Amino acid sequence: MRKISYDQAASEALMEEFSRDPKTVHLATDIEPNLRAKFGEARIRQTPISEASFVGAAIGLAGSGFRPVVNVRMATFGFVAMDQFVNQAAKITYMFGGQTKFPIVYRMTVGASKSFAAQHSISPYSMYMNVPGLKIILPATPYDMKGLMKMAIRDNNPVISFEHMALGAMEGEVPEEEYLIPFGKAVVRREGTDVTVVALAKMMYEALAAAEDLEREGISVEVIDPRTLVPLDKETIKASVAKTGRLVVADEACITAGAAAELTAMVVEDERIFKLLKSAPKRVCGLDVPIPYSPPMEQYALPNRENIKIAIRQVMR
Amino acid sequence: MNMSKEELVRLYRIMLTIRRFEERVVIDYQSGAIPGIVHSYIGQEAVATGVCTNLRRDDRIISNHRGHGHCIAKGADLNRMMAEIYGRKTGYCKGKGGSMHIADFTIGMLGANGIVAGGLPISAGAALAAQIEGGDKVVVIFFGDGATNEGEFHEVLNLAAIWKLPLIFACENNGYGVNTPVKYATGLDHVSERATGGYGIPSAVVDGNDVIAVYEAAKKAVAGVRAGKGPVFLEFMTYRWRGHYEAPGLPDLRPAAELEYWQKKDPITAFERRLLKDSTATQHTLDEINSQVMRQIEDSVNYALASPLPAPEDALEDVYSA
Repeated sequence: MRKISYDQAASEALMEEFSRDPKTVHLATDIEPNLRAKFGEARIRQTPISEASFVGAAIGLAGSGFRPVVNVRMATFGFVAMDQFVNQAAKITYMFGGQTKFPIVYRMTVGASKSFAAQHSISPYSMYMNVPGLKIILPATPYDMKGLMKMAIRDNNPVISFEHMALGAMEGEVPEEEYLIPFGKAVVRREGTDVTVVALAKMMYEALAAAEDLEREGISVEVIDPRTLVPLDKETIKASVAKTGRLVVADEACITAGAAAELTAMVVEDERIFKLLKSAPKRVCGLDVPIPYSPPMEQYALPNRENIKIAIRQVMR
Repeated sequence: MNMSKEELVRLYRIMLTIRRFEERVVIDYQSGAIPGIVHSYIGQEAVATGVCTNLRRDDRIISNHRGHGHCIAKGADLNRMMAEIYGRKTGYCKGKGGSMHIADFTIGMLGANGIVAGGLPISAGAALAAQIEGGDKVVVIFFGDGATNEGEFHEVLNLAAIWKLPLIFACENNGYGVNTPVKYATGLDHVSERATGGYGIPSAVVDGNDVIAVYEAAKKAVAGVRAGKGPVFLEFMTYRWRGHYEAPGLPDLRPAAELEYWQKKDPITAFERRLLKDSTATQHTLDEINSQVMRQIEDSVNYALASPLPAPEDALEDVYSA
């Protein structure tokens, strides 16, 4: 099968969906020239650096029958527009009693690892998970990026696509023929019998590497990538933990009140699963610090395969 | 001014409907029948009326926390409005929004917004939609003087200017953001200076208590926007007769003499005098309109009271669209 990058997969998704649906509109401070060339200035709209205005304009477009895709670029820039995300986009369908749908895709890069320092590195998905009304996708492979992005553009709700900054150039198999990936369907990246590791975004690759290392030690690790956080495929995760009896959740975001906490709580508060646990679950997350600039400090602040291996050995005891 | 008798009487009827609706909401709020908080539009009726009567059904408006008047002027159903304010299942938002979030997308009322300036970016998107569609639809965003110090206000003035959006900024300068005088909060006599001086958007300062002045200014603005000339900023000078909202605990710190001055400039009494003087209407006609409006308001309250409250678990519906 042909291989394309994570970023190319996103571009293909946009290209296909914009060809399919004339109601799609793109807003971004930096527009993609190929989209502009094909669909024109009216629908591929370059915005000033003015996040609150264009994050909110997408809501007005959606409420008027369009399907905007907004590239906010970095998740840290999204905070400038929090009124529009939280008070407006998330609540507007509900507040108006469901009289109109608001189909919007907001794209934002997350994560750290590039020495971009604190104001250009963050993984804030749990903040948005705490706001009902938003859907959240977290594609970790080019294949998932394309299938989830196409699905997001067709969804009738505000969807936030969190895209890890270190994955943009990563290549992977993406078929030529069209496909969609439904929301709320986790994927088991590696089957195993001793420990379930739920790994988010780039941590999926670290978890797979850890699993491979530990196989030599005779530990069989199952790695699950939820792919979407809202909706969340609770069943696949619970079924895996019921089988292994052990849980590790790996996420690059800060540990406190993160998605890993929610995933862990979701599993242990299920009485049936709780009784099947052979050890206390573990979270492997970023440290509770703003992301530092200098490489040794940045690497120290982020979890990696070694941290995941330590946690797996702990839950195996 | 070139308006028929029927058009003039229609302006009167709409203003009076807003006034009577708001008076009833205040009474029913004070009696405890209406929960939450309500922001009364009494005193500002001429603005919503004079602007919205220039709009077609497919033109769109976005309103704010003080939004009942805009809804009524755009043609919203009084029964469903009152039912929403009463928190009933039959309300516009099934009781999920209440006084501050009434919307009717079928008449181009894209919703009232409870965050000061929060509706402005949304209105820019609605205007962009109209522009992409390529017709001559107009969008009006209603906001108060208080919104003009928010960042979202400035961002949207800029966006509307550079994209030449078909957007009318309808600023209702009622002199105060809650109890803070606009002069203190902005350092300007007229906030429209910001639109014209800062962003090159043509503006006008209009007597917001003179419904004909409002109507004429809006008519000119709508014509320009429909012709593709880009956004217009209208600053309507007016005054709210009630405190910021109807709720115990928030004192009204504005000088009493100010209210007396503005009550003498009541937009409805002034227009009544004018209609009688010009022989556009007789006292009998105006009395008849008043009785009809009073009946409609009474009907809307009865409709609300006869409507069921939502089931508690209805709270789980409409978080997402199918």
